[in-house]
Amino acid sequence: MIRINKLSKRYKIGSEVVKALDEATLHVAKGEFVSVIGPSGSGKSTLMNIIGCLDVADSGEYLLDGIPIEDYTENQLAAVRNRKIGFVFQSFNLIPKLTAEENVELPLIYQGVRKAERAERVAQALEKVKLRRRAAHFPTELSGGQQQRVAIARAIVTRPSLILADEPTGNLDSKTTLEIMDIFHELHQQGNTILLITHEDDVAMQAQRRVHIMDGRLSEVYE
Amino acid sequence: MIYALLQAVPMALKSIGGNKLRAFLTMLGIIIGVMALVILVSLVNGATGTVQDTISQLGTNLLTVSISDDKGDAIYLEDLEEWTEDADIGLAAAWKNESAVGKYGSESATVQVYGVSSAYSQIQSINILLGRDIKTADVNNSSYVCVINETAATELVGYTDCLGEEISLNGVKFTVVGVMEDDENSLTAVFGSGSLTVHIPYSSLVKLSTSLNAQIDSFYVGAAENSTIEAAEAAIDRILYERLEQDEDAYDISAQDALEDAMGSITSILTLLLGGIAAISLVVGGIGIMNIMLVTVTERTREIGIRKAIGASRGTILQQFLLESTVLCMLGCIIGILLSWGFLRIAGVVVSGLGMSFEMDVTVVLIAVAFCFVIGVGFGLYPANKAARMKPIDALHYGG
Repeated sequence: MIRINKLSKRYKIGSEVVKALDEATLHVAKGEFVSVIGPSGSGKSTLMNIIGCLDVADSGEYLLDGIPIEDYTENQLAAVRNRKIGFVFQSFNLIPKLTAEENVELPLIYQGVRKAERAERVAQALEKVKLRRRAAHFPTELSGGQQQRVAIARAIVTRPSLILADEPTGNLDSKTTLEIMDIFHELHQQGNTILLITHEDDVAMQAQRRVHIMDGRLSEVYE
Repeated sequence: MIYALLQAVPMALKSIGGNKLRAFLTMLGIIIGVMALVILVSLVNGATGTVQDTISQLGTNLLTVSISDDKGDAIYLEDLEEWTEDADIGLAAAWKNESAVGKYGSESATVQVYGVSSAYSQIQSINILLGRDIKTADVNNSSYVCVINETAATELVGYTDCLGEEISLNGVKFTVVGVMEDDENSLTAVFGSGSLTVHIPYSSLVKLSTSLNAQIDSFYVGAAENSTIEAAEAAIDRILYERLEQDEDAYDISAQDALEDAMGSITSILTLLLGGIAAISLVVGGIGIMNIMLVTVTERTREIGIRKAIGASRGTILQQFLLESTVLCMLGCIIGILLSWGFLRIAGVVVSGLGMSFEMDVTVVLIAVAFCFVIGVGFGLYPANKAARMKPIDALHYGG
């Protein structure tokens, strides 16, 4: 599914060069629920951006579904993001001018899916996060938890190979956190591959497998 | 592709509608530009129409026929009279012209003597102020009567009301039976006025002159009242074609539209000039659109990031913003055209007393629409490209 070999990424901040990723290596199999845990500044956002095809590494190898990503052009990367990856962000990242429904519909529009099929799949996705009744609401009319559920619906509506969640509960209270984690468990049971990035131990604990990140290096965590 | 584009139009409208005041202010440049273009060009066209009507009253409803080769069968006044019986030909008038020395008492001056047939002043729209015109009977009898213009009356005779006075032309005495207006309204007046003009019967001039004969080599033809000048032209052409042994080169028929041509070129220069100024204001409006699109792109950096993260390609983003600027431009264009239409209607009512009519020119409307489209796309391209080139990661983390 995901195969990362000795991936490195450096940033220049002022005159100092920061190693955000230092020969990081990670394998995620199909259907796995993996969490990446680490404190802020440990390089987990960089990892997430590279796995999510939002950014490219300086060196190393990244295979998604067996295909090396490095050689892709910008538009090909856009297509990969569209079809293979479903993002869930800490700050929800919904488009405020669009209703819940329209937000969920957007990736399907970019895929060129016909209107009738879009409506059906949007309804299904919203049903999965139990928000069908709020479909016509704008993000500002929804609570944080509801907004994150819309974001999850948007991530799963394209039936991606990988659901990539970057601190999905970071902006939520503990009760809502539980709700969101329940949805992730459900999605995992349905056979989705999930990579969850967090700095909270109790959230990370809920995954099948945990990977620790520190100073750009990855290491497995065993019970 | 077309389908995707059509789907994106409501999205663009929604995005524009999100900030109505800003959208309106942005469009204002385009609205004013379009109004300037449409109104100015329509006004010029309307005014030109009126001026051209006036010019055509000077004698454009008049054909000048000249015969270069009569094939041994000379044309006389009797032939002209016969031709006027054609349904499309109203009047036909022959004339010959010679300078002569006019004398009245001790006064003497050079006068232009026109030997005319009876329809001449009518066809040339020359009004008779006093007395009567040259009549067919005068022509038939070669009478020694004349009709003089006001200038001739005041300068030669000394007073206008000079009916019954006798003036001599090259020593032959003619009785003044009528005074006509100086032909201010005729083409000859436009090209040079102030001449002393005397009309005498055609046959009398032939007798008086040593060099002229009765053969007609050029004459005027006017259309019949319920016919058109084109029909009259066709009719006289048919008649002459038969008469002159089917030789097209033996005669020439021309409409007197030199002034109209001149007027036409003045108008096109004026239209280009005003249209050019209006086009500049449209371009300024386009710069306004580009400015606001740049602001919009910056404001929506995060949205662009989100869209890219969930799979929008460069082309999709480019299309979205390009469509927005184009829709904005076209909306402004439509509003501008509607306002121009309203303005022209009002202007039409206000100046209706002057006999002017201001119609919205379809051509200029089409030009305005095409121009706005080009501006919308042209000035939208830079901001849209800027949006499309944003890196998803930078855009996503912009301002938060």
